[in-house]
Amino acid sequence: MTQRDHILLAHGGGGQLTAELVAEVILPAIGGQDATALTDAAEVAWGGARVVFTTDSYVVQPLEFAGGDIGKLAVCGTVNDLAVAAAKPVALSMSLVLEEGLEIELLRRVLASGGEAARRAGVTIVTGDTKVIDRRGEPGMTINTAGIGAPLPGGRVGFRHVGAGDAIILTGPLGLHGLAVMCRRKGLSIASSLESDCQAIHELTAALLKALGPRVHWMRDPTRGGLAATLVDLARATGRNVEIHQRAIPTDPPATGAAEMLGLDLLNVANEGRLVAVVEAAAAEQAVNILATHEAAPAPVIIGNMGEATDMPLVEMVTAAGGRRIVQMPYGEDLPRIC
Amino acid sequence: MTHLPDILGRIDALWPRALARAGERVQLMEICGTHTVAISRGGLRDLLPGGLRLVSGPGCPVCVTDQPYVDQAIHLAGERDVIIATYGDMVRVPGREGSLEQARSAGAAVEVIYAAHEAVELARRVAPRQVVFLAIGFETTAPATALALRQARQGAVKNFSVFSAHKLVLPAMHALLDQEDVRIDGFLCPGHVSVIIGYRAYERVVRKHRRPCVVAGFDDEQILAGIAEILRQLAEAAPAAVSVYPVVKADGNPQARQVIEETFRVADAPWRALGVIPSSGLYLAEEYAEFDTARRFELPEVEGYEPPGCRCGDVICGRCLPRDCPLFADPCTPRDPVGPCMVSSEGACAAHYKYHRPETRKSNDAT
Repeated sequence: MTQRDHILLAHGGGGQLTAELVAEVILPAIGGQDATALTDAAEVAWGGARVVFTTDSYVVQPLEFAGGDIGKLAVCGTVNDLAVAAAKPVALSMSLVLEEGLEIELLRRVLASGGEAARRAGVTIVTGDTKVIDRRGEPGMTINTAGIGAPLPGGRVGFRHVGAGDAIILTGPLGLHGLAVMCRRKGLSIASSLESDCQAIHELTAALLKALGPRVHWMRDPTRGGLAATLVDLARATGRNVEIHQRAIPTDPPATGAAEMLGLDLLNVANEGRLVAVVEAAAAEQAVNILATHEAAPAPVIIGNMGEATDMPLVEMVTAAGGRRIVQMPYGEDLPRIC
Repeated sequence: MTHLPDILGRIDALWPRALARAGERVQLMEICGTHTVAISRGGLRDLLPGGLRLVSGPGCPVCVTDQPYVDQAIHLAGERDVIIATYGDMVRVPGREGSLEQARSAGAAVEVIYAAHEAVELARRVAPRQVVFLAIGFETTAPATALALRQARQGAVKNFSVFSAHKLVLPAMHALLDQEDVRIDGFLCPGHVSVIIGYRAYERVVRKHRRPCVVAGFDDEQILAGIAEILRQLAEAAPAAVSVYPVVKADGNPQARQVIEETFRVADAPWRALGVIPSSGLYLAEEYAEFDTARRFELPEVEGYEPPGCRCGDVICGRCLPRDCPLFADPCTPRDPVGPCMVSSEGACAAHYKYHRPETRKSNDAT
């Protein structure tokens, strides 16, 4: 019953199964890699130079959704992976895998949107590739972008810098991207005002690092698996408990409504334009004030704190009602409820 | 809207008298899976008196679906030219050999849909391939299935069929209360189902078994207000069928019930753990026979069985809490579920596993 001879869709959900696939299949097969070292973005040093390097593939369906499209997503996602690694995004590659039958006008639109996102983020798309494959149902496309960035001076972020009492900051309401895509995909008109949060957040990370330097201890953009996956990762990797307060988390009424309708936990839904930053407690208020001056951070708040080191680190949330519950890594794809 | 502290104050005030009437503890059952999840997700147990225990009932559609249905669905998925259209939670329920999710990974066509009419649209797109819709759920999802059937008949979508395992809530409540080893002092009745059947539908349960039946919505205030109302009825020994959920009317939604009546026939149905309950299932009415999966396909005879050691049946009858099951958390987890209550996003075991601290997951129950 537990045979896992084939890839399940859930292996790509950014939850437990994704983590297992990376640890048990991908890393051993590649060889020579330390699992903990393989982060979303890696710093590579040679000679006297250091560069931050990352790559990501984008497979979103539908290709266009409220608040964005696959082109904008492919640029912003990779820019954000560099940004949270304390790097200034410099250049991207873009590889297109197009399916037979794809409308060229649609391709033009999403690429124009990606180009615009790149210009706004101050990165250049310097190389790329184009392939065409047989169609698999509705003609779609896949984009891979890789990016390099220059480490920002003063940036010193990583799990090892995180300590007890550190404040956890979130920059806005959760789940907008995942819900916007899901509503569009399923033709649900329940939340017509719901738009993806898809955007570049490099200005946020740069501003924080510029003002606070090493007092910023860790950063991540909570994409697949949502805030839950990000915080569980943080707890596991630091060996520390995490406590957050539900009442502090900013809400977006259409997103809350759509999540309720679909039976989804907003903590598990993907974001594409949020930042989670762990900063020294004494600098937390200043960090919030800095973030508040940027449009990309619509509602920056302290949502919780890092706890003591422990053998079995847990993420716990004080609920809106005042009870407590734990927050776990989702298993795989979060399934919609049926009644 | 009443404020949370007021409701909690009312619960505390009513508690001693309710407890005195009930005995050593008060055990309430929430019937609806959405309530189950909301209670755990909201950490609401932390706010309630120590002797007040909330158990889950047979209200998670996936959890009450009997095992042979699951195996037959997986069998159908293996047929050539058959596409299974299903609500998401069903895909991971383990059958004797694998799940729909694993069948899909091995090449079977399994489409997750969010609404019944999507299955008809799918059938139109893929004709002449057969689309089998796994119709599960209670009075809430049955009207949507009924409308999908009408749509299919009007549009002559002949490659569409419905494999119905729809069920009715009230017969299950009676069946539960008829079991001697099940203790239920009051019911928190499902909000969505009650929108259809109306809160007066519970009057027979109240008359026959003298248990409070209180309909509540799904946010923290609603659930706690429902519990407060049950405690009031217990304290005053005045059980009644009422609703604290403003959208639920006394007689529900007669139009929706009529749609159900015109499309389905009521018959005895098998439930997980509860066995066959008389007049508790909805099957396709004669005039929709041509869309009945059970008539269109030859389905294998499958014996009923429970996965060894699995106490899902006891969990959905309120005989135990998820943590009392020997398989809970080890080896049964959302990643490797043994029983349906760990699969379904509305299942009691999944809710306990996801939201409760590990040390309280396994500890023995105080009672």
